[in-house]
Amino acid sequence: MIEPVILWTDALIFLLVLLIAGFALYARRKEHLRAPWQEIARSRVGMGALVVLSVYVAIGLLDSLHYRPQVAQEGQAETAEVLSLFDKLVTPLRVRQEKTYSAPLATHQYAKENIELADGSMVRDYPRLKHAGAHLENPQEEWLQDILWLIAKGLVEGLIFWLLCSALLIYWSARRSDGSFRQKFAAIRRSDTTLPWKSLLFTSGVLTLVGFVAAELSLHYHLLGTDKVGEDVLYQALKSIRTGLVIGTLTTMVMLPAAILLGIMAGYFRGWVDDVIQYTYTTLNSIPGVLLIAAAILMMQIYMSNHEEEFTSLTQRADLRLLFLCMILGVTSWTGLCRLLRGETFKLRELEYVQASLAFGVGHFKIIGRHILPNVLHIVLITLVLDFSGLVLAEAVLSYVNIGVDPTMNSWGNMINGARLEMAREPIVWWSLAAALVFMFTLVLAANLFSDVVRDAFDPRLRTTR
Amino acid sequence: MMAYIVRRILYAIPILIGVNLITFTLFFIVNSPDDMARMHLGVKRVTPEAIEQWKVEHGYNKPTLYNASAQGFSRFTDTIFFEKSVKLFQFDFGSSDSGRDIGYDISQRMWPSLAIALPVLLVGLAVNITFALLIAFFRATYIDFWGVVICVVMMSISALFYIIGGQYLVGKLLHLVPISGYDTSLGAVKFLILPVIIGVIGGIGAGTRWYRTLFLEEINRDYVRTARAKGLSEQWVLFGHVFKNALIPILTGVVAVLPLLFMGSLITESFFGIPGLGSYTIDAINNQDFAIVRSMVFLGSVLYIIGLIMTDISYTIVDPRVRLS
Repeated sequence: MIEPVILWTDALIFLLVLLIAGFALYARRKEHLRAPWQEIARSRVGMGALVVLSVYVAIGLLDSLHYRPQVAQEGQAETAEVLSLFDKLVTPLRVRQEKTYSAPLATHQYAKENIELADGSMVRDYPRLKHAGAHLENPQEEWLQDILWLIAKGLVEGLIFWLLCSALLIYWSARRSDGSFRQKFAAIRRSDTTLPWKSLLFTSGVLTLVGFVAAELSLHYHLLGTDKVGEDVLYQALKSIRTGLVIGTLTTMVMLPAAILLGIMAGYFRGWVDDVIQYTYTTLNSIPGVLLIAAAILMMQIYMSNHEEEFTSLTQRADLRLLFLCMILGVTSWTGLCRLLRGETFKLRELEYVQASLAFGVGHFKIIGRHILPNVLHIVLITLVLDFSGLVLAEAVLSYVNIGVDPTMNSWGNMINGARLEMAREPIVWWSLAAALVFMFTLVLAANLFSDVVRDAFDPRLRTTR
Repeated sequence: MMAYIVRRILYAIPILIGVNLITFTLFFIVNSPDDMARMHLGVKRVTPEAIEQWKVEHGYNKPTLYNASAQGFSRFTDTIFFEKSVKLFQFDFGSSDSGRDIGYDISQRMWPSLAIALPVLLVGLAVNITFALLIAFFRATYIDFWGVVICVVMMSISALFYIIGGQYLVGKLLHLVPISGYDTSLGAVKFLILPVIIGVIGGIGAGTRWYRTLFLEEINRDYVRTARAKGLSEQWVLFGHVFKNALIPILTGVVAVLPLLFMGSLITESFFGIPGLGSYTIDAINNQDFAIVRSMVFLGSVLYIIGLIMTDISYTIVDPRVRLS
């Protein structure tokens, strides 16, 4: 028996997925919206980045389906922690905990301990890890061979899987365009296709290989080592993906209705409406963003410690704090979008077709809905995509200053924050920090490259100047 | 011109009142003066009298926004909000919750912040503009392509990595400069080298790419075509004409952030142990010292508005086509 749990951010994430799906369906029917997307689909860089992004999004979405496993005994069910589908999939990573630090792929613990030998005498040495390399008789001699064997195994498996998938995809696409597999394959080799097949296949190939090797190694070792309490670092880094994605997307989404409504109203009605809205966002803008976030988070912490009874579980508490952080970040960042929309509406309002509708006596809100909103949507989209990477980076910095996500929540910022003291150890514990930075870097780089492509495709001004 | 500036300054007053109202609500809706007193007195000694006394000492013994018991105008003036706001407008920040004079602390800690922020800005500007000009000169070649790629890669690296990596490499491995700390007068220089270098490197990606866009936008203008048609060399077009005109958005952008340099940088200062306003703010956040946080919010807003006004004025100075009205 499992009982599904829907956290606030889960609901919003799936709402966002629905919105994107709805927008995609809408855009399919409109030529002027379809054209930029086709341009994006033709871009090699864009599609490569998209593959990386979709892997991240897939992990994030799997991690957003929460449930509460029911424990057999009565009464214990209440305290059972909330798990996600992703946790279930990577159970080996989650449950194989060590005692404390261990280096990546190590078979022995990081620190020396007193070990009792078979004859009862005590020796001070590095103890063997409980789970990593437990199948080895003599780690010193077999270790390298075993690692290489696992890597080779992962590579071969990944290669077979990738070849099968690619062949199926090419076959399917050939059937759709009424060609033969051989023709399609030749076209891809010559790069004679609309979609950049080479870049798509190459990126997914690299990711598949890395994934398979990582999986093979993780089944027998801790690929990225373990942290202070012996948790697998790879698991933490993977769990942090959801936090990063939530901050990057929901922040813009929560404030989107307000930004669109106020921005268009200010530009369309002008006069006192414009003055009031301008005053509001100048005021909000003039408060230093970090301080506003800090003040709000401080206040929320106090509120939460005063009203502990309202938060039933740790997960729920951390989740609410995450949502709150998104909202506060949204408050500090919506003003830019609002100003852009105001300026654009200002220009659109003077165009002949809007003036004509006015003269025909069409209502204001109908004009906004029919003529203004569709023509500013590309600005909204560009902002959404452009803000994403900055927000992911901001999360790390904020968590580092202790005003970010809940300390119990997995996030790259928290991992880096935890690693701060580990740098001073001898030998240094670098794996937590490196894992967080590499995972974050990959996501942000992919997002940056993708957003460049999106902006180039949607911004008509840039298109003419290039 | 003078009338315009005066009007802008007057316009700033309602904004500052708004800022105060927002921070005030944030602080007091969730966290009543009673809660504040309880927190600062600790759990042990909380008696109603002690709370009352703390409130009187720190000036929290009045209604927050509206005083129903008072008469006439003083219904609004005899409140915590009015008293605290008026003091802020006079730049009298009062004392922090731990009893120190905030105004004095700020005036002391301003200079270390500036000592880092100003060199980072100036050196960064020089470096970024140089790279951007170089990339713009070789536009649509492999140098341009790889330059932009390197910029995007550098942008994607977290600022924390630059700081941690730089500290580890330069301070711990090479032992060139101390990792953190600060000194008075000239002795501070050796502490400042590392944060400044790291600050500049961290900003290269975004800065160079942004200036490159500005230069490229300018290169497509009509006057550039005219200059080329007259037979000017590409170097002269780029450095003599494009550079000068692209400087307008660059300079005005710089003017906007100049006042905010006083606020310092939160992470850099706390990482390098520099006693500036950034680390002051972080400490206040961690100690939950609201008086300091509120003062810093107010100061930040004032500086931001000064930056806005200075931007507008600098437009008229560098670009005679712009008229203030």
